[in-house]
Amino acid sequence: MVPTKEELDRAFDQRFPPSFHQAASAARVAVAGLGGLGSNLAVMLARSGVGHMLLVDFDRVDITNLNRQAYRIPHLGQYKTEALPSILREINPYLDIQTWQGRVTEDNAAALFGAYPIVCEAFDRPEEKAMLVNTLLQECPNTVIVSGNGMAGYGDANLIRTRRVLSRLYVCGDGTSDVGEGLGLMAPRVAVCAGMQANQVIRLIASQCAISN
Amino acid sequence: MVTINGEPVAAAGESVAHYLERAGYRAQYVAVERNLEIIPKSNYETELLQDGDTVEIVQFVGGG
Repeated sequence: MVPTKEELDRAFDQRFPPSFHQAASAARVAVAGLGGLGSNLAVMLARSGVGHMLLVDFDRVDITNLNRQAYRIPHLGQYKTEALPSILREINPYLDIQTWQGRVTEDNAAALFGAYPIVCEAFDRPEEKAMLVNTLLQECPNTVIVSGNGMAGYGDANLIRTRRVLSRLYVCGDGTSDVGEGLGLMAPRVAVCAGMQANQVIRLIASQCAISN
Repeated sequence: MVTINGEPVAAAGESVAHYLERAGYRAQYVAVERNLEIIPKSNYETELLQDGDTVEIVQFVGGG
């Protein structure tokens, strides 16, 4: 039996003030990239009641994704922009989830993300991360970006931090652990980074309704 | 002096591109903000850092 919207709303942790849940329901958050960072942080935002999300990726779920991304075997071969909403609908089917399947470029980024004041940068390649950050900070003056930068391997996870680096850019990660020879991506550190990004998004939402924590 | 990522640096009069190169950054992987405004990549060669500027540079690595 699928819970009603009212049942899910009542299930939101009542220890928080109602204004916090309302702020999360009204929030608009985009996730650029639905891989290790993006799929995991989208799940956390959905669980947190973020009411409006835009999920963007060009790719399909691959067997090599299963070691760290939120997808499961039944999702193999599906576009991530189809697989991830199906996962989120089983957490809360009353969220407004929009998707866009394709490659983000400096020519389409501002139009794509312009209606979302918080954008999570969850791309894989450093030149794409830089492109998205540069384009949105120049062309979308009200947008705040929460980026993931440096989470490869299984080194000390305490090195993964959240820092406000530019006036409208928060960066989560250790800032240095690049993928490369002998160093790949593993679930724990990726999830720590994704968790930091999701937490920073929640902090931004809460600060907009003056809820302190 | 120019404050770059919180540290005073003798870079007044230097272009952003020149500073990035001598400091070991890769221009295609960075975002640069000067006095709270993002500098477009197309301006890295022509924007000259000034005495008293506050500059933040973030470099991205792979993975996500």
